Amino acid sequence: MSVEIKVSGETVTAYLSGELDHHSARAMREAIDNAVELNMPSRLVLNFRNISFMDSSGIGLVMGRYRNLKKTGSELCITETSEQIYRVMKLAGIERLAKLEGR
Amino acid sequence: MQINNKFSMNVMAKSANEGFARACISAFAAQLDPTLEEINDIKTAVSEAVTNCIVHAYKEKIGKIYISGELCENNIIRIKIRDAGCGIENVEKAMEPLYTTVGGERAGLGFAVMQSFMDTVRVRSALGKGTTIVMTKKISRRISLNA
Ligand SMILES: Nc1ncnc2c1ncn2[C@@H]1O[C@H](COP(=O)(O)OP(=O)(O)OP(=O)(O)O)[C@@H](O)[C@H]1O
Ligand SMILES: [Mg+2]
Repeated sequence: MSVEIKVSGETVTAYLSGELDHHSARAMREAIDNAVELNMPSRLVLNFRNISFMDSSGIGLVMGRYRNLKKTGSELCITETSEQIYRVMKLAGIERLAKLEGR
Repeated sequence: MQINNKFSMNVMAKSANEGFARACISAFAAQLDPTLEEINDIKTAVSEAVTNCIVHAYKEKIGKIYISGELCENNIIRIKIRDAGCGIENVEKAMEPLYTTVGGERAGLGFAVMQSFMDTVRVRSALGKGTTIVMTKKISRRISLNA
């Protein structure tokens, strides 16, 4: 698993890769939160292009980031989810919290 | 129900075994020639059940997780995941979407995922004794054109 961070203006994009489960979630969360703390973006984009698997631990990660961003009025955006990931996101109603883009 | 093949194993309740359990179940289910979507459904459901054993059943110690799979008649796969951990006080409540006893980074959606991705999910639990999840899914029979 790895997280690559790119900053452009007010946007921080986290390119996630590997399998997102309970085993990997903590390290991903820490990497994302560090980048958000450092850059204070108005928009956080989580890019799932290279995530090969995700279960409800990924939903916990998305919901946790949403709660943190809401405190500062920042926006959360989720991009490039595979079919499997999209179905888990839909089940959780994530589209009510974050923009789901570019499938 | 007639059983055509079976495996069983146990693993230590360590998070590194979540991915291992997913890989095992995919390899076993492959014998039924599932679609990619069906394989993903099964992997996701197993991941939820195994993770629950690690996160909830064995909070303080590293116990064992017992996993078995059966290929039954009519292209049905039956998967059993058992722990000898703390047990669930109220199973019906635990299965409600968004219900979680661990706040923060857990969504409370594990059972909802299992129920939506498998055909049947049965939960048996006794406080202090442990929990058993039995899930089944019928794999579509794909018609081979060059058979
Ligand atoms: N094997 C188990 N042993 C003991 N308690 C369990 C077990 N599995 C589930 N539970 C209880 O049932 C609740 C709901 O489980 P569920 O998987 O739906 O959500 P969660 O694990 O809390 O969150 P998520 O799966 O979304 O990360 C848990 O919070 C826990 O209290
Ligand atoms: Mg769970």
